[in-house]
Amino acid sequence: MSVPILSARDLTKTYGRGPDRFDALKGVTLEIDRGDSVAIVGKSGSGKSTLMHLLALLDSPGGGQIHVDGTDAKTLNGRRLNALRNSMFGFVFQQFFLNPASNVLENVVLPLKIAGVGARERRTRGMTVLEQLELTDKARNKAGDLSGGQKQRVVIARALVNNPQVLFADEPTGNLDTATGRIVEDILFDLNANHGITLITVTHDHDLAARFNRRLYIRDGLLITTDEEHAA
Amino acid sequence: MKPLEILKTAMTNSLRSKLRTFLTILAIFVGAFTLTITNGLGTGISNYIDSQIAAVGSNNSFTVGKTDTSGNPGSGPKKYDASTRVLAAGGRPGSTQLALGQSDLNAIGAIPGITGVTPVTRLNPDYIQWKGHDKYQLTVSPLAGAQPQLAAGTGLDDSGTQPQLILPASYVAPLGFADNNQAVGQDTTIGITDATGTRHPITARITGVEQSALLGGGGAFINKALSTALADAQGTGAPAATKTAWANATATFAPSSAAQINDMKAGLAAAGYTAQTLDDRIGTVKTVINGIIGVLDAFAVIALVAAGFGIVNTLLMSVQERTREIGLMKAMGMGSGSVFALFSTEAAFIGFLGSAIGSAAAIGLGTAVSGALARGPLSDLAGLHILAFAPVPVASVILLVMAIAFVAGTLPAWRAARQNPIDSLRYE
Repeated sequence: MSVPILSARDLTKTYGRGPDRFDALKGVTLEIDRGDSVAIVGKSGSGKSTLMHLLALLDSPGGGQIHVDGTDAKTLNGRRLNALRNSMFGFVFQQFFLNPASNVLENVVLPLKIAGVGARERRTRGMTVLEQLELTDKARNKAGDLSGGQKQRVVIARALVNNPQVLFADEPTGNLDTATGRIVEDILFDLNANHGITLITVTHDHDLAARFNRRLYIRDGLLITTDEEHAA
Repeated sequence: MKPLEILKTAMTNSLRSKLRTFLTILAIFVGAFTLTITNGLGTGISNYIDSQIAAVGSNNSFTVGKTDTSGNPGSGPKKYDASTRVLAAGGRPGSTQLALGQSDLNAIGAIPGITGVTPVTRLNPDYIQWKGHDKYQLTVSPLAGAQPQLAAGTGLDDSGTQPQLILPASYVAPLGFADNNQAVGQDTTIGITDATGTRHPITARITGVEQSALLGGGGAFINKALSTALADAQGTGAPAATKTAWANATATFAPSSAAQINDMKAGLAAAGYTAQTLDDRIGTVKTVINGIIGVLDAFAVIALVAAGFGIVNTLLMSVQERTREIGLMKAMGMGSGSVFALFSTEAAFIGFLGSAIGSAAAIGLGTAVSGALARGPLSDLAGLHILAFAPVPVASVILLVMAIAFVAGTLPAWRAARQNPIDSLRYE
């Protein structure tokens, strides 16, 4: 059996201390295989975003271990951690986080710029990924002038420009109307099915979650085996 | 991220909030402008003083006198020494000065490093006159390495046999010349009285006209031939003994370092002579001016430090505003070092803009004002450009401001760099 691309054991995370102490995660163990599509489903405050941030190595856990492709994340120093974030992971955020003053192409090639890729190659690769998402004609538009669906496609393009192995999405359709949301979902599942990208998505939308290969339900910082909301 | 990309990104970022950046640049502008102006003032005045000093004497000579060892009046009368002679000196009536004789000149010339010794003869001409016009009083001084600033004509020929002089510009009109150029090449008559009361007229040619000078004292420079002629005329009928007693001598030396000059001075002091270079005599003036410029510079630096706090403020706001953007970049693998470099480069760039614009404005305005002053209120001091801008001081002002801006930028940059990506992404 191949090594899972991400595995977590007994993950805990605590915010605050004393009376304000809040245990966001109370011991989560999971494994995600290469090429899988996983939905992390839970209510607001259940710890699902915290779990995704820990898996994406954006935050350090209070306890437990994370292995990325068999490597213990704790052993990664600053430079290797940055390189890993830059080249292995892609992020799609609900709030987009686009720089509204820059044009679409500049926003998309930001990860390449951080990686130190030259201007010419940045342009070529940026235009390739924009073509893939049918945004070629918007390349020179200011990111701030786009519609919500277009913005989310730009964000996906930015996440894909470095050819990541894992795509993390946090409520990718949360800010979009149903029809636009559907288009964005189709793009994400197409990437998973046809490009072998592991897809990890946080959502509270059960219709969206139903389209994933696996669903991890989380409640009060613990994984639960059944979909309580549906059961109820 | 590559350094060039960081520079480009920082430049773009600094122009993102134009009004805020503009106001910060304005604060730096004021400081840089002031500093450039005070620097220009220092350079301008120093240049002027240097040219004025060159006009009255050479940097490669000492004025040597005998060291007066009589000391404190309370120590009682000094024993008579048959080898010393005294001369009447300036200052308090009745004061005397030890005289230099031929043996003293030989002793001075024997000091290592001294290449020549000339006794200073006091020449007291009575008048100068041109072609039957009115006679005017005149003081003269030998050239002795001085480089007068000429308004017309050429310098003196110190080795020729023709008696020559350089006329101060203030004499041109009174003597009856229409302008400086007419005076050049004309023969004038200088009258001098000898020891017996007989007046001798001596003919001398004007080779040049000197600009009005700050330190020259309005005397005419004369060449060796004229100096000898005047001394001979003045000495006619004088007792032989007075011809071999001088108050001072000029000792020349090859161009030397400050240490070599000090060695020669020490040698002369050990032999019982007091030697002063021109710098020693003018040095106090320079020290005072440097002090004033230093105080002005200090005010400009205070303005810059205030502007530095402006930079801190601007960038802190910028870091706050771009919290999510910083978080995003860190989530995408940008290292803390690059984030720090990005923000401190932005600070240095703002500093560069402010100082470059400030210095350029100071140079432009300063040159115009200085030109206007030189033509108007300061026209009596020919050759004085109150503000002069040399590339090195201006470049160092710009670098200093950039350094201050960089230091000011480190606090916000450090705050940006230590941000946890996830905290930044959560920030609303």
